[in-house]
Amino acid sequence: MNTQPTDIVVRFSGDSGDGMQLTGTLFSNLSALSGNDISTFPDFPAEIRAPQGTLGGVSGFQVHIGENRVYTPGDKADVLVAMNPAALKVNVNNLKADSVVIVDTDSFTDKDLQKALFKTDNPFTELGLPDTLQIVPLALTTLTKESLKDFQMDNKSILRCKNMFALGLICWLFERSLEQAQHFLANKFRKKPALLEANTKVLTDGYNYGNNLHLNITTFRIGATNDLPHGRYTSIAGNKATAWGLIAAAEKAGKRLFLGSYPITPATDILHELAARKDMGVITVQAEDEIAGICTAIGASFAGDLAVTTTSGPGLSLKSEAIGLAVMAELPLVVIDVQRGGPSTGLPTKTEQTDLLQAIYGRNGESPAVVLAASTPDNCFYYAYMAAKIALEHTTPVILLSDTYLANGTSLWKLPRLADMPAVSPATVPDGWQGRYNPAVRDPETLVRYFAVPGMQGFGHRNMGLERDARSGTISTDPANHALMVETRARKVQNIARSLPLLQVYGDSTADTLFVGFGSTEGHLRAAVDTLLSQGKPCALAHFNYICPLPLNTAEVLRKYRRIIVCELNSGQFAAYLRSQIEGLHILQYNKLEAQPFLVTELVEAYCRYTASEAHATKA
Amino acid sequence: MMQPQDFKSDQTVRFCPGCGDHAICMALQKAMAAIGVPPHQTVVISGIGCSSRMPHYLNTYGFNTIHGRGAAVATGVKTSHPELSVWQMTGDGDCLAIGGNHFIHSLRRNVDLNICLFNNRIYGLTKGQYSPTSPKGFVSKSSPFGTVERPFVPAELVMGARGTFFARTLDVDMPTTVACMQAAHAHHGASVIECLVNCVIFNNGTHSWIADREERAERTVLLEHGKPMIFGKEHNKGLVLDGWNLRVVTIGENGVTESDILIHDAATEDDTLHRKLALMQAPDFPIALGVIRNVESETYDQAVHAQLQEVQQKSTMHCFDDLVTACEQWEI
Repeated sequence: MNTQPTDIVVRFSGDSGDGMQLTGTLFSNLSALSGNDISTFPDFPAEIRAPQGTLGGVSGFQVHIGENRVYTPGDKADVLVAMNPAALKVNVNNLKADSVVIVDTDSFTDKDLQKALFKTDNPFTELGLPDTLQIVPLALTTLTKESLKDFQMDNKSILRCKNMFALGLICWLFERSLEQAQHFLANKFRKKPALLEANTKVLTDGYNYGNNLHLNITTFRIGATNDLPHGRYTSIAGNKATAWGLIAAAEKAGKRLFLGSYPITPATDILHELAARKDMGVITVQAEDEIAGICTAIGASFAGDLAVTTTSGPGLSLKSEAIGLAVMAELPLVVIDVQRGGPSTGLPTKTEQTDLLQAIYGRNGESPAVVLAASTPDNCFYYAYMAAKIALEHTTPVILLSDTYLANGTSLWKLPRLADMPAVSPATVPDGWQGRYNPAVRDPETLVRYFAVPGMQGFGHRNMGLERDARSGTISTDPANHALMVETRARKVQNIARSLPLLQVYGDSTADTLFVGFGSTEGHLRAAVDTLLSQGKPCALAHFNYICPLPLNTAEVLRKYRRIIVCELNSGQFAAYLRSQIEGLHILQYNKLEAQPFLVTELVEAYCRYTASEAHATKA
Repeated sequence: MMQPQDFKSDQTVRFCPGCGDHAICMALQKAMAAIGVPPHQTVVISGIGCSSRMPHYLNTYGFNTIHGRGAAVATGVKTSHPELSVWQMTGDGDCLAIGGNHFIHSLRRNVDLNICLFNNRIYGLTKGQYSPTSPKGFVSKSSPFGTVERPFVPAELVMGARGTFFARTLDVDMPTTVACMQAAHAHHGASVIECLVNCVIFNNGTHSWIADREERAERTVLLEHGKPMIFGKEHNKGLVLDGWNLRVVTIGENGVTESDILIHDAATEDDTLHRKLALMQAPDFPIALGVIRNVESETYDQAVHAQLQEVQQKSTMHCFDDLVTACEQWEI
């Protein structure tokens, strides 16, 4: 049986050591290469190798592929690969009635079932799974051993190839080209020819297994998409896109890129990527702590570099005082906060939008900083670029919010050329200021302070975290001067809104109901709007990437709608911020606090509930 | 030829009258003039505290940052721009309490910074609390019954962090202070100059044992690389090794001659003797002043840039468009 849906969700699930992330990545790349749009989301535990076969050790990777645009990694899986009973149990709510479930029967022994806390020897019945599921029992371990029987490999190494058998079978299921898969494997194992040969053999046997046995299950054919602009694409994860955005901005600005950072999940991949880019002249300092991460960056900024620090929530807390220093000293600085579940250590590998108010307000004193939020893995590139551009042009710290979902998820990215990117014109000093410069003199229009760096003769100055006199730039405790400086710093940041794009509305702009979101929820909100519109339910979406300052037309846009539903992965921080910025709005909230992305179905249901009654609803 | 005047800013120096920081400020201006790096290529970074006001009084590029973080900010300046001469002004609280982590790591990395550690054994700007270098039992506003804490000896921290340069000087000894600053500049790597300074308001006389002009020759030994460790008003006392320990001897007594006296070797990698010298305490021993340790080793900033260059020479990718061209991609 062959079906031709427009989109499919596949979830690979197994032990942390089962190679599910690699399998998922290879499959999503293969699909992208076949012309599908893709969106992926890995979901893994914080432990590197949790106890085998346990519920806590399950690592998942979800891929959504489509011949139309796909905005999210999908709600529920059409195909689940469960490498053990724990993987099956964890994903029981991620299945549709007719999902294809491929299970490794070799990993369903009594012992395995016990580890996954099953009470009976029939996990499917115990979980109450419907008969309509298409279960494909596969002796994956046995088949992999058989496949590699002529290879001189130890048992452990053989078992590590199991995931390739599953991938081979999935390739058959989706009519994916084996050659392309082999090409990706060749890249992955180019330095380990023995492993390449073994993995290729198992992959091929997995494919042939499906082909030869004519398994009586649904195969899928997803056509190439026509919805994307013509061009060259790659698939990119948010963290890598962020790193590349910074590289591009530095080159465009004619500045060296300097990263001061301390390893923290889920931001560390940005450090990895930039540490590897010495060929681009990037300096990375792996600092002794979060504070040193930002402070080395502030030093590099003072000396004239494009300076960046990367972190997650706990690190942002530690950096608060130093961000205040960059506000006070009016130094360009990009702070990237890849949010995770909090507070405290929280849920390091899970996603949340709970640092928003910390980013906007979390400093002592009146301390205005620019806050942006990326909203897709690939647009992390653009917003990292814009964060750098704004910081350099306006001598201000810019906090860019990303999160686990964006950082580790992938989407298709149309490859840009540097020439296509907007110009970056860092603040500098006008001619003729030698000898009469001080760090308080600023452009009267934009209020950006003129920027001189060490090495420039005639511009020596003392910068500081102390309040400065608005005219002389030296230490001041004068009451009127402080009031003036507080206002000046605030206006400088507000002025940036003039150069930002206006807020656009997606969907039916004449509808009564407006979804509002910021950052990484854009895909789910768009998909929800599309779904509702296709059901004849009018609605629109205003999604924010620029948070502080807000786009100039924000109040005007929001006031057009009778019913505004602010949807966010926190308990209402953006809603509270909007209420504080725009008077008289009637804002409803849809909040999810599970440290997981939205599901499109949840959003659709929320709309239906709200339009049926105006009551406040929060996901339990 | 530059003059100390060239390094004076237009700001009125606002240290308390009689504060040791005045002397260090003047010594810095003298040393910087003698070193000859022009003000616009000199950067002075500080944290918070009395000593951290120093950048305001120097006509260089200066940055008075936040409490304890001077070493980290200075590391950023020097690593991104090794061509600049970078100094850090810090105190016993800024450097050894809130900034301890950045201090030891800038030493471990051997970032080419000149760090002036003003040690007055007190928190002055917050009006008189004990510091990490206050002696045990010290009575202050926050230790009304005497501290029960054990103090740091800065030299031990420096050497424990594998520091390559340590000097000690005294606010009232201008020539030694200037000489130590010049030596710190000449040294490649993190150089720590512990400046023993008097806090005339909250800890007056903390270093009076050696600040006393009459007795200083008897109570201090000025160490100079390659020279015997001789001190005393009559230049007749010296240090010798007695087993594992140092001992004070008098030349001409008990058959001791000048040739028995230890010759100071600041450049030896092994810091055993450097530590012993730095740990000498009154009244049994003279306090060691001058450059106690001065070892050459690759600096962090040089190593960072050497590695950048090496990778860039080997790489075929040099710009963003190269990066994009090289990534796995397909046509849609």
